[in-house]
Amino acid sequence: MSAIKTAMKTSKGLFVLASFAALALYPAVAGNYGVDLVTKVMIYAIFALSLELLVGMTGLVCFGQAAFFGIGAYAAVLLSPQAEAASLLWLLPAAVVAAAAYAMAVGALSLRTKGVYFIMVTLAFAQMAYYVVHDTPLGGGTDGIYLTAKPVLGSLIDLDKPLPMYAFTLVCLVLVFGFLALLSRSRFGRALAGIRVNEQRMRATGFSTYPYKLAAFTLSGGLAGLAGFLFAVKDAFVNPELMSWHFSGAVLIMIILGGLGHLRGALIGAFAFALLQEFFKSEAIFGAFAKHWSLGLGLTIIVAVALLPRGLVDMPGQWRARLVGRRAGVSGGAR
Amino acid sequence: MSANGEVLLRGHDLTRRWGGLVAVNKVSLDLVRGHVHAVIGTNGAGKSTLINMLSGEIEPSGGRVELLGQDVTRWPQPRRARAGLGRSYQRNTIYPSFTVFENCRLAAQARTPRPWAWWQPAQGCQASTAAARACAARAGLDDLLDREAGLLSHGQKRQLEIAMCLATEPQVLLLDEPLAGMGAEETERMLALLTELKNGHAILLVEHDMDAVFRIADEITVMVNGAVIASGTPDEVRNSPEVRAAYLGDGH
Repeated sequence: MSAIKTAMKTSKGLFVLASFAALALYPAVAGNYGVDLVTKVMIYAIFALSLELLVGMTGLVCFGQAAFFGIGAYAAVLLSPQAEAASLLWLLPAAVVAAAAYAMAVGALSLRTKGVYFIMVTLAFAQMAYYVVHDTPLGGGTDGIYLTAKPVLGSLIDLDKPLPMYAFTLVCLVLVFGFLALLSRSRFGRALAGIRVNEQRMRATGFSTYPYKLAAFTLSGGLAGLAGFLFAVKDAFVNPELMSWHFSGAVLIMIILGGLGHLRGALIGAFAFALLQEFFKSEAIFGAFAKHWSLGLGLTIIVAVALLPRGLVDMPGQWRARLVGRRAGVSGGAR
Repeated sequence: MSANGEVLLRGHDLTRRWGGLVAVNKVSLDLVRGHVHAVIGTNGAGKSTLINMLSGEIEPSGGRVELLGQDVTRWPQPRRARAGLGRSYQRNTIYPSFTVFENCRLAAQARTPRPWAWWQPAQGCQASTAAARACAARAGLDDLLDREAGLLSHGQKRQLEIAMCLATEPQVLLLDEPLAGMGAEETERMLALLTELKNGHAILLVEHDMDAVFRIADEITVMVNGAVIASGTPDEVRNSPEVRAAYLGDGH
């Protein structure tokens, strides 16, 4: 039993390592379009990981995650000086802190509610942020706003070029993944798991659960802000749609599609979602129908979730169950 | 460990009103180290409301709670728990998807939470792993440490509840029907455990199994419609005319 468990743990670790290795080698075989696409997908993956910390680890279903992503993105543009390139050293932390600060304020109020009310309150705060950038000239209104000069780190990193941008995003993704993997094993992470499974018991045991949840919410907002920052820098453009509830919903779908409760689920979900989106948007495949891409995407996701309720990460488990089941059936028949 | 006989938890004139209904009406009781204090009464007598006011889950409409000599009436539940108040629930409230060991370890972690140490694995926390092993052994679960808690038998889950309670090293135990749904053998095992725990702890026992209550309790408080109608030693309560009339029935 424990041998199987160890083997499974090793295979999961190998899967993650192999994925990161593949991502590191990918630019060697890909063109500009591919590099740009995978950079975007890796940013989605960071965003999905930030939400996994809340939904998968803590059991808090947040439906306003795009607000923190958007604030990180807008901070990157609005805080950059017009004429020259800003230093990554302060611009990146500033964007993360801005998103985390808003998350802390939202969390402080919304965490007083539970269940479906929590979902609605987080959505309401996200819509609030959306309409602030949508209806005021602060961030260019509905047209959005351009980033005139991308941030640099001396002459070491120039994010204006696609390859350094790709590499920088990959490093951020690996760091966020590693951070969350350590966090989930730590006492803090175990306490969050306890809150997810049985908050009443946690309180009876002596854990003040509110500060734990608030800390998780703030951290999650900061990580979403990091993803937003990278997105703004990659495209050199932000618009209010980054904060829309469609995007909050999309990132929820990513982690559900990938499989809740697993960090690699967020990774797989982000890739599956983005690649499916590209597939259904492709005019080469679907012709005129490609403009109805969301229909195909939606149906595919419904089928995937129906067949794999525990997400794409559960696929090996399902295959194994089927194989073992068949083998047991065969040997039973032979006897 | 301090001497038995000291008052650890005191409820004074505790009252809880829900709108016009008085669920608990001016109930006072002392929990003494080394004693089991049983609270009995029919369904709806206010026993659970009383236990929830003592543990901090329900705010009293009136009255006072003192824990180890301190007024804790305004303290939230987690703070009372950290100060030495452990409780178990009527319905099993364990972490079903965790192992038995992790259930106990997470409970013990409340003593050394260190949430900022995000790089340290929780399994490496010496204090909580040692405490988890010790309390699981004390509750008779040492053979089942790796079992998923949701797969335990009902009686074992009740034992796990007690083990998780003990993991936080409480001085006062509030036990809400620990014998509910147990078979004869499991009941005996649980009673032996409670008798052993009596030494060093003050225990409040809410229970419907009258045989068990009269065997193990040092003091009994009888509640009817939210009020105390009798309180004293098992013999005093057994012979009280009010109790006979109201609770045991005239036939006894």
